[in-house]
Parts: sequence; structure tokens; C-alpha cells
Amino acid sequence: MKQMVASLQESMPIRRPVMMLILMGLGLLAVTVVSLGMGGAKINLADVIHHMGHRIGIWPTGIDDFNARILDSLRLPRIVRAIVIGAGLGLAGAVMQSLFRNPIADPGIIGVSASAALGAVAMIVAGHLVLGSYYAVVGPYGVPVAAFAGAVVATALVRILSRQDGHTDAAIMLLIGVAINAIAFAGVGVFTYMADDAQLRSLTFWQMGALSGNGPADAPALIIMALGAAYLVSLGTSLNLFLLGEAEARHLGVEVENLKRRATVVTALVVGAAVAVSGIIGFVGLVAPHLVRLVTGPDNRYVLPASAICGAAILTGADAVARIIVLPAELPIGLVTGIVGGPFFLCLLLREKKRRRI
Amino acid sequence: MSLTAQNISFMARGRYLLRDVSLSLNPGEVLAVLGPNGAGKSTLLKVLAGEYSPVHGAVLQNGRDIASVPAISLAGERAVMPQATSMTFPFPVRDVVALGRSPFRKISSRQLDNALVTRAIKLADIEQLADRAYPALSGGEKQRVHLARALVQVWGMTEANPQTVPEDEAIRSNGSAHGRFLLLDEPTSGLDVSHQHALLSVARREARQNGVGVLMILHDFNQVTAYADRVAVLQSGELVAQGMVTDVMTPDLLSTVFKSPIRAIPDPVGGAVLVSQAQEPV
Repeated sequence: MKQMVASLQESMPIRRPVMMLILMGLGLLAVTVVSLGMGGAKINLADVIHHMGHRIGIWPTGIDDFNARILDSLRLPRIVRAIVIGAGLGLAGAVMQSLFRNPIADPGIIGVSASAALGAVAMIVAGHLVLGSYYAVVGPYGVPVAAFAGAVVATALVRILSRQDGHTDAAIMLLIGVAINAIAFAGVGVFTYMADDAQLRSLTFWQMGALSGNGPADAPALIIMALGAAYLVSLGTSLNLFLLGEAEARHLGVEVENLKRRATVVTALVVGAAVAVSGIIGFVGLVAPHLVRLVTGPDNRYVLPASAICGAAILTGADAVARIIVLPAELPIGLVTGIVGGPFFLCLLLREKKRRRI
Repeated sequence: MSLTAQNISFMARGRYLLRDVSLSLNPGEVLAVLGPNGAGKSTLLKVLAGEYSPVHGAVLQNGRDIASVPAISLAGERAVMPQATSMTFPFPVRDVVALGRSPFRKISSRQLDNALVTRAIKLADIEQLADRAYPALSGGEKQRVHLARALVQVWGMTEANPQTVPEDEAIRSNGSAHGRFLLLDEPTSGLDVSHQHALLSVARREARQNGVGVLMILHDFNQVTAYADRVAVLQSGELVAQGMVTDVMTPDLLSTVFKSPIRAIPDPVGGAVLVSQAQEPV
């Protein structure tokens, strides 16, 4: 791998981080192709590539109809969701870590994900009571919209409560987020207690995460995520300055309060939309940026796009695992990322601890 | 054109930290700010840098009220070297210095940025640290990194080699257009003696040769007399004296402000040194 990078660098005058981005993009493509082939019905790699080639018009003939339909209507939408959600979560984590100038910040930790889940759970359990006869009208959009509202309300609360004399202190903001997180989880607990059996099944979906999706009702959320992610990637240079400290960023020409407002609101939109589609999927926002920094260094101009790619690859890979590990059933994807991500996070912390002692 | 504080007051939690302070920092001069702990020196610097907004009065940078000027255009004319900054992400030192070029990212070229960064790294004597990770440095080393970062920012788009520009001309050419300012918050606090003098010389050279207005908070009387042109003395948030170093730095005034007996002793090499007398143990 290293040799390959070195030889590529010699032949092309591209900077190392850019090269890394290209390689990671190729890696994501590879994970996607492999993941398309995996699942209850095994489709071999050649067929997957053949089918994709046929769809973009390289080959005139496609593969057999049954497999083609599995790929088109089952696996592809799912993987598109995994890619968009993974990219959104990875990016949201990277942005939050810079915004709070704290490498352990993550939408899951400051309560945005939990509040989104609270919104969703409240809608599932109490939605028919509050909305009455409108509940049927709102239909499949009710739960995603509630999740989304939860994320936005949580972010607004964190921002309002941490504001003093026109400034927001990033450290206080992080702690207030932790408190909001606790409150939101308590709320989820209350609704879980109130729920009946049928509702409990949907609730577990929100708490453990799943990529099975809600069909076309997901489309608006996915579009919001993609647009939000594109905006967040553009904040690289400003967030680099932000890492120096808020005062220093201002001295270097960043409109600090403005940046904080935009970045937190867009992050909330992305995370809220992600939870609306898939429930809580933890650790992607934490692990993806950390993995990326090992390769590209801390420069946000590369960390942000790379975190998006890496998050997408992680979630696509985790989804493949979730689909095949307990066949014919499938594991909630939040469990997979939790089982792998938790210990991984612990290793990162221990490594950090060792490094700081030196 | 200058950086001017007009009757500024600053209040936090019902207490005045600054009361009716007026001063002005002119291109080409070194202004030292002196005062006991808690006198409001850092607060004054933060108000001048636009970090805090005064409750009364205004700060004008090159004639414009900084409250109504975008941060990016202030940053093009003024750099700040902070007291201490914590950064947990392992940026290499060279990249931290290069962040000082970001206000000019739209108009500068990579060659110019690299040349300026290399020159600043040399001036701040951090060449041997350039590839190290910033968080692993000691306090004094970090301060030198921030000096270099502030230098590449205050240099702006001046491409000419400053050594070749005659002193007067540099001051005149800058004074007529936009004055540039360098604010240093206790720049010598973490440095050893030789690096303290190196930093102060760099600051003075910026003033003399590049026409930069330099304001620095200092504690050492003799550094003030050796490196500053003018001095402002703060006490309990009020400006008690302001003027040429020779007029202000008198044992009487300093003894009153610092509540400690201070004497001027003739230096065999010429001039006088200010010494504070050890107090009797209580």
C-alpha cells in the first residue's frame, strides 16, 4: 500500500492528502461492490460488476432477471442509504470535533441523536393521541419529521443555554450537550415504558438503528443530508482556524459566532435527517474522523471530505455484516457499529493516553 | 492611520475592568502597556483586537469602527499574539504558522506564503521544531510558534524584502495607506532571557523597518525602557500615565503604581536601570 502510494506520487504531482482521498474513494467503491454481492442470495462479484456496467450502459446485456431485481430494488437503495447516512454522520462527527475543539465530541455524545430518537419515539407512542385523526394523514412522514424536530430542538437548546454575553463557550456547550443527552434518553425510557407491544417493536428500531428504511418517504431526508454534507465540507479552512481557539480564529478573520451558528444548525439538520431514516447509529461520527486523521493528519480541508468517505465505507461495510451474520434474519446495524465501535473507541482513548504521557 | 481607543470602558459582572481609556497606536512605534496584575492590560488588548466589545466608547482601526468592520478585513491589518492557546489536534508547527496566512488565502500565492512562513520560522528561532507536533511543545516554544504565526499575518502582502526598504520610507508608505498593527499579550512571559530579547528585537524591527504599530504588554521595566518608544500605564482599569518612555518610566510614578519601592541606578554602560527593592520579610 505504502509503496503503491509512493510510486503513484512519483508519477503524478498530486499532494499526499489528495492522493489519500482518491484512494479512499476507490476503497468505498470496492466496499460497495462487495456489499452488493453479499446477503441472503449470494451474487458473485463478476455479476455485480457486470450489472453495474450494464446499468451505466457499458454492456448491452444484463445479468439474469432475478439477481438484477435483488440488486436494483433491495440492495442498491439500502446501500445508497448507508452511503449517504454514513457520510453525513462521519462528517457531522468531524465538524463537531473541530467546533468543540475536542476529539471526543460526536452527535451521539452531545444529545443530538438521542433527542432525534426522542422525537421519533414520542411520535410512535403518543403521536395518535396528539394528532388524533390527522395521524393517518401524516402517515409515514410523521416519525421522520418528529426525529428531525427533536434534533433541531436539542441543538437550539444547547446553543441557547450555553450562550452568555453574546458568546458561546465550547467547553460549556459540550457539557450542556451531555446533560441534554441524559434528559433525552430519560424521555425515551418514559415512552418505552408507556408503549404497547406493537409500538415496542418500532421503538427498538429507533434505538438500535436499521437501514431498511421507509421507502420513498426517506427521499427528502436523504436530499437534506446530501446538501448539508456538501455545505459542511466547505468549512474546512475556517474550522482549522477554529482549532487554534475562538479568539485566535476571530483574529484571523473568522466571523466566529456566525460560523458556530451555521455549523451547529447544519450539523443538526444532517444528524436529524440521518436518525429520521435509520434510527440511532452510534460511533460512526466518532470513529470515521479518528481513522481519517491517522492517515491525513488533522487538516480539516482533507479530514472533512475523507471523514464523509470513510463514514460511508464503514456503514456500508457494517450493513453487509448485519445482513449476513444472522441469516435469514438481520442484525440491527446500530448493534454492529456499537459492538465494533465501542472497543475501537476505547483503544483510541488508551492510545491517546499513552501518547500524552510522553 | 492608527489603531485608536476612544474613551473605552469595559464591564464584566457589574465591575468596570476598563474605565474611560483613550490611547492610540501609531504605525512605526512600539507602545508598551504596563501595570500591576488585574489592572486591565489584557482586557485592553482584547478590546483593541475586537474580542470584547466596549460598553462605552469605540475602537477605530485605520479610521473605521471595528464593531462594524468584517473580521476578515480587520485581520488583514492586525495580528495578535495570544498569551496561551490550547490545541489538542496534532498539527505540525509549520502548519500552525501557516494558519497566519489564512486572511490572505484569496489573494496570496503558495510561493509567497511558503517564503513568508520560512522567514518567520527563522526569525522566531523554531526551525528545529518546524516538523514537530504543536501540542508536544513546551510553553515557551508554543509562544514562539505564535510569534511566527502573528508575523506572517502582519506581513500581509508586503512582498519586498523589508531589509532593503529604507526606514523612513517604509513608515511613510505604510502610514499613508493602511497602518498595520501587531498586538502582543505578555509575549515574554514563558521565554528564556535570550529568546525574550530576540522576540523584543523582532517586534522593534517590525516597527522600525516595516512601519508596523506594535503594542505589547510587558512586566520588565528595563525591557520597556530598552525596546519601547511610548508607554501606557494602567492601574485598576484606568490609564494613569501615557507618554514617551523617558517621561513616564520614573521611579516615583512606578513606585506609586506598583506599591513597591523602585529605584533608578546608574548603569556603568550608560543610562540607568530600574530596580525594585526586596521587601522586608513580614
